[in-house]
Amino acid sequence: MEDEKKIAAFEAKIAAGNKIEPKDWMPEAYRKQLIRMMSQHAHSEIVGMLPEGNWITRAPNLRRKAILLAKVQDEAGHGLYLYSATETLGIDRTELLEQLHTGKAKYSSIFNYPTLTWADIGAIGWLVDGAAIMNQTALARGSYGPYSRAMVRICKEESFHNRQGYEIMMHLAQGTPEQKAMAQDALNRWWWPSIMMLGPSDDQSPNSEQLMRWKVKMESNDAIRQRFIDRTVPQADFIGLSIPDKDLKFNEATGHYEHGPINWEEFFEVIKGNGPCNAKRLKARTDADKKGRWVRDAAVAYAEKKKLKAA
Amino acid sequence: MTIQEAKFQYLLRLGDSSLIIGHRLSEWCGSGPILEEDIALINIALDFVGNATAILGYAATVEGNGRTEDDLAFLRGEREFRNLLITEQPNGDYAATITRQFLYDVYTYYLYEALKSSKDETIAALAEKSHKEITYHLRHTTEWMYRLGDGTAESHERMQNAMNDLWMFTGEMFDMDEVDAILIKEGIAPDLNTIKEKWEAHVKPVIAEATLQVPSYNFKQKGSREGKHSEHLGFLLAEMQSVHRSFPGAKW
Repeated sequence: MEDEKKIAAFEAKIAAGNKIEPKDWMPEAYRKQLIRMMSQHAHSEIVGMLPEGNWITRAPNLRRKAILLAKVQDEAGHGLYLYSATETLGIDRTELLEQLHTGKAKYSSIFNYPTLTWADIGAIGWLVDGAAIMNQTALARGSYGPYSRAMVRICKEESFHNRQGYEIMMHLAQGTPEQKAMAQDALNRWWWPSIMMLGPSDDQSPNSEQLMRWKVKMESNDAIRQRFIDRTVPQADFIGLSIPDKDLKFNEATGHYEHGPINWEEFFEVIKGNGPCNAKRLKARTDADKKGRWVRDAAVAYAEKKKLKAA
Repeated sequence: MTIQEAKFQYLLRLGDSSLIIGHRLSEWCGSGPILEEDIALINIALDFVGNATAILGYAATVEGNGRTEDDLAFLRGEREFRNLLITEQPNGDYAATITRQFLYDVYTYYLYEALKSSKDETIAALAEKSHKEITYHLRHTTEWMYRLGDGTAESHERMQNAMNDLWMFTGEMFDMDEVDAILIKEGIAPDLNTIKEKWEAHVKPVIAEATLQVPSYNFKQKGSREGKHSEHLGFLLAEMQSVHRSFPGAKW
């Protein structure tokens, strides 16, 4: 069979550590899975602009305002870059956005939580970007060239955001009692959603052997989650904040932290659309789309007029 | 009025205008008409916040009372702000945002061009940096003036409405008082009459090419030089200053 030969060649290429490029032959399941993952990632970047954008106009000083603007601009840039990378798989941005607006495509569950205080901006950078980096550094080793290169570039900026978020938390933790309480409250609210955003535990989400072999998925959710926890707990200790998990303990023998039970019911509710902000986030995106339609139409009409004049 | 006092007032005018229009642009975050515009608006807002930080920082130094740029941005009330009225006008639809930005960009393009040769070295250096940014801002807004003015019937109508609403705020850009007189004499600031000529010579052909009309009324709003603003500014400041004012003396 022709296809079997093609699949064998495709898998040999990946096994040898080479990248698959847009014009290379690829199995349909590979293409579909990548479109799903990459567009979900792109959507997460632009929906993620909303909870953070919520605090740009209220940032506590000019320096923090500039840093937050730059960060949100980075997220928008990641979104654009990822949509373009997804387009190399033969689907266009309009269709991808339609999938987002109709609820067919998902975005990261974490952005369905509200940003209630300024400290949440610190918590997002520290925890949410921190968790995302764990996932994305693994994906940077993936087999699809455009996605893996995007991840390398995006991870560099995310590391920056992660440090900025931690720095915000550090200032708050060393600040007035009110500021410290604000930081602890943000950590309390964002900790569990952050460790949940790395996906269901391995027993609920068995890794397809095929996706691992194709280097679409690089590591199991639990393995990534463990790395995130091991890295983050000492950071919290260092600035004198406590992780809101009474069962959390360090296991000397394994060298890892063991965490308490995760409320997966909450996670699946949020995924289903029943998080605190699902409806609000989606409405913000569809409203922007509707409000912007006449602008996009005008740009197209003007470009056509110009083309006619030039002809 | 001493030269120092005049300079402080003048810097507040420049810095506050940047801060307030940057704030307005940042309100678009996540709701732009297309992702590329979201990126552009945030980027331009960031330029303005950067510019405001530098100028208000210098204003604080000139004042010499130990205040900082953050004190000036977050601890002054409505009547103490000196931003131009056009900068605080609400975003409205994209036509209003683009028109507001275009009218203001042309103004700052020529104003900062002139300030590059200010005899105050700090102002000259800040103007040098900002003028490069403004050149990009103006290119961006000019392209959108054409696209939206000469796009569809709907976009044309929205643009003409925006122009009619905003034109009345362009007059006070060129108002001069004792502050200007002192600084013109010292070679620190330009005569705004010359800026006005350049502004008109630039704005009118673009409006015409965008198939729009310059509004026929002569009425012009004024007041920002004395801190008399529209009702919009109070709400903007209430939002902008809320966290800072809630935690007096806190470090961030």
